[in-house]
Amino acid sequence: MTAALAITDLRKTYDNGFTALKGINLSVQQGDFYALLGANGAGKSTTIGIISSLVNKTSGSVRIFGYDLDTQRELAKSQIGLVPQEFNFNVFEPVGEILINQGGYYGIERAIAAERAEKLLKQLGLWEKRKEQARTLSGGMKRRLMIARALVHEPRLLILDEPTAGVDIEIRRSMWEFLTDLNESGITIILTTHYLEEAESLCRNIGIIDQGQLIENTSMKTLLSRLDTETYVFDLVEPIEQIEDKGACHFELRDPTTLEVSYHKEDFSLNQIFAFLNQKGLQVLSMRNKTNRLEQLFIDLVEGNKA
Amino acid sequence: MNAQQKWTAYYTILIREVLRFSRIWIQTILPPVITTALYFIIFGNLIGPAIGEMHGFTYMEFIVPGLIMMAVITNSYANVVSSFYGSKFQGNIAEMLVSPVPNWIILAGFVSGGIARGMAVGAAVTMVSLIFSKLYIEHLFVMFTIGLLTSTLFSLAGLINGVYAKSFDDISIVPTFVLTPLTYLGGVFYSITMLPEIWQKISLLNPVLYMVNGFRYGVLGIADIPIWISYLIILGFIALLASFSMYLLNRGIGIRT
Ligand SMILES: Nc1ncnc2c1ncn2[C@@H]1O[C@H](COP(=O)(O)OP(=O)(O)OP(=O)(O)O)[C@@H](O)[C@H]1O
Ligand SMILES: [Mg+2]
Repeated sequence: MTAALAITDLRKTYDNGFTALKGINLSVQQGDFYALLGANGAGKSTTIGIISSLVNKTSGSVRIFGYDLDTQRELAKSQIGLVPQEFNFNVFEPVGEILINQGGYYGIERAIAAERAEKLLKQLGLWEKRKEQARTLSGGMKRRLMIARALVHEPRLLILDEPTAGVDIEIRRSMWEFLTDLNESGITIILTTHYLEEAESLCRNIGIIDQGQLIENTSMKTLLSRLDTETYVFDLVEPIEQIEDKGACHFELRDPTTLEVSYHKEDFSLNQIFAFLNQKGLQVLSMRNKTNRLEQLFIDLVEGNKA
Repeated sequence: MNAQQKWTAYYTILIREVLRFSRIWIQTILPPVITTALYFIIFGNLIGPAIGEMHGFTYMEFIVPGLIMMAVITNSYANVVSSFYGSKFQGNIAEMLVSPVPNWIILAGFVSGGIARGMAVGAAVTMVSLIFSKLYIEHLFVMFTIGLLTSTLFSLAGLINGVYAKSFDDISIVPTFVLTPLTYLGGVFYSITMLPEIWQKISLLNPVLYMVNGFRYGVLGIADIPIWISYLIILGFIALLASFSMYLLNRGIGIRT
């Protein structure tokens, strides 16, 4: 099966001489839900800009469902829906018109575009706002407007550049659900985000860009399985003064009722740790994962790339 | 995209452009109408009688075609430059750039929007002129085509300005320092036969002269320039600016990084 997106040796040097991409190779399979992660300035938006024809590449090639972006530009472009990082609609245009016009640029009749716009605006909770100028929308509504706009022409590949930035928790959850449904209906999705928990819960595969290079490209599962250290925080019922490490299992007392435990997954199980605490007569009230596990891994990878 | 889809894309841009200037008609249609009415009152009614006849017409009759043309030129230009720059500034030009719509359709859409505004204002100004003066139309076809072609030409010029503009200042520099002087010196208010010989020669370098005279020929049947030269010059400039616009859009100058 042809890949939804195939990027070969993609390089970009901006006019000011700054090299933002240093030879990216990346392939995203049809039907995938792919997370593109990386620190601020890593080159995510530049990559997306090139894929969506908003940025001119310096060299390399991009294929979308097999269509070459240089030689089969119209076909390639028709496959993509883009939700850019920055708001970029005309704020004076009414919400409904923005969608219908976007359809028009893809050659979709106004009547058909209007039907699709209605469906999308209803799904994304913007139908009430269809006649309002876009500038009157809240930040979260503007994000959803851009998602609706990207879908009017029914693309097979949806690319979202930080779609949930500035979106409240409830709306974010409903956006996740919306995107998951889209993906299940067969649309390939590529998404960038700084919320690693978002990537973890949505995406099957993951790429990490750092300083213009792809330093990781693997499945979420494989990546998470590489996490060998677990760190939990236990809230204790009774305060304690001190506690000794148990072999390779490290205990650290944050305050008399907050105990941090870190251990290697191969060496211990949680049960063993609880058994040990039981034996010491310590009662645990509640526990939580210390940091997002992926976050630590992400930092390790990016740090590793610097060294 | 097939022909049908291209057509849809084209009129989508056109409708959007027309809605844009219609929504803000108080900024786009009304001011030229008021300004031109003032010209009619001051130059036509108050000063005109003191000037006497020009080529057998009252001064008012003489300046009507020039003033209509001036409004068409300014508004065609203004519409495209502000719409194109505005869509760069707000980023919504990207809506078209990510889509498969070919550049020549984008160009045609913006230019048609400029023509729509140029023609709308031209028609409004013509109506106003009827309050002050009878309108003879000697050659309707010439009047209409010269008006339309001039509007096309300045819409293209506005687009090129919009491509290069990096700030709101940049979209007013050309109109203020190039367009206005060329129009005022383009025979709107006088016949170049009134000028000393050397200035007549210099005036012939001004493209606006050919448009104003072509249009005046359509309305009054008189001109300082043979009509076929007017057509030739206008069409020549259109071809030049259209190719240059296409080059700019294809290279992505000012719109792709
Ligand atoms: N138009 C431009 N001209 C020059 N340099 C640019 C331009 N756009 C981006 N850059 C630089 O390219 C690098 C990559 O930027 P990019 O926007 O791709 O990062 P990103 O990964 O999307 O970051 P973020 O998470 O902050 O959105 C940055 O160092 C940025 O300063
Ligand atoms: Mg970015």
